[in-house]
Amino acid sequence: MNENLFTPFSAPTILNQPATIPIILFPTLLILTPKHPINNRLATIQQNLTRFTLKQMMMTHNAKGQTWSLMLTSLITFTATTNLLGLMPYSFTPTTQLSMNLAMAIPLWAGTVMVGLRFKTKNSLAHLLPQGTPTPLIPMLVAIETISLLIQPVALAVRLTANITAGHLLMHLIGNTVLALSTTNLSMALLASTLLVLLTILEIAVALIQAYVFTLLISLYLRNNT
Amino acid sequence: MTGSGSRHLPPQDLCLHETGMSSGHQDSKMASVISVKDKKLLEVKLGELPSWILMQDFSPSGIFRAFQRGYYWYYKYIDVRKGSISGVTMVLACYVLFSYCLSYKHLKRERLRKYY
Repeated sequence: MNENLFTPFSAPTILNQPATIPIILFPTLLILTPKHPINNRLATIQQNLTRFTLKQMMMTHNAKGQTWSLMLTSLITFTATTNLLGLMPYSFTPTTQLSMNLAMAIPLWAGTVMVGLRFKTKNSLAHLLPQGTPTPLIPMLVAIETISLLIQPVALAVRLTANITAGHLLMHLIGNTVLALSTTNLSMALLASTLLVLLTILEIAVALIQAYVFTLLISLYLRNNT
Repeated sequence: MTGSGSRHLPPQDLCLHETGMSSGHQDSKMASVISVKDKKLLEVKLGELPSWILMQDFSPSGIFRAFQRGYYWYYKYIDVRKGSISGVTMVLACYVLFSYCLSYKHLKRERLRKYY
């Protein structure tokens, strides 16, 4: 048993010095920077993936929204590589820390709101009231919509944190169970298969990144276009 | 060559070696000695290992140059025409080992059962 189930989530230290910054910067080593027009196989794969995600994300935006493409592409690349690296055996995932996710979510959300308020003030304020509401309900609905707007960054951050943390925790628990049962009971085979299935499903952590960027995207889209 | 300057022999050592061989026996023995600091790791004798480690450059620019050297060494496994997963797997294996070392302090208390 672990001395405490949450020790894998504690901040890593090298000789009692915090080592989070090298670990956060590690995914950059895995991303190639090809310099030729036609590259080798790995660089072409990476290039094609980037082009595919970029096209999918930025298709729905107008010119002003597309100035955000670098920000959003780097966001999705960083979150995807960080979450996938967290599936390695003893690694530390920085996105399990709420502090980091809040630091990512709040500035980006605030940026979208400010862009909307500055360039299309009337439109963005008009979003606070859905179309076709009966007149007596209007004050309450404005309050509700404001609250739902203000809760967006917190929801983004907490969603990412909770999903990744819960997945890692579950894998630890099931792994410990399999190990403990392997001596007494051979229903370990069943549980091992559950672990494997869970691992595969957890690689839909990448889908979580999609969710992250997409929700960010949706708010940007609304602010800019409508 | 970027990042590998401190690893190659400086040119004057090679010239001295050649002139030493042509002029005399004693001169050649003295001229072919390379200082311990400049040797690569595989050429250092075992007795010299602590002094080799201590003589390495631990300043920030030295550490940066070491990382740069490592990166370019790694790049020759990645920058090939038909790359495969073996290049990335090397890095990931090292990353797993590194993370194990980081979390050893917690891991050494793990037991399969509370009482044996």
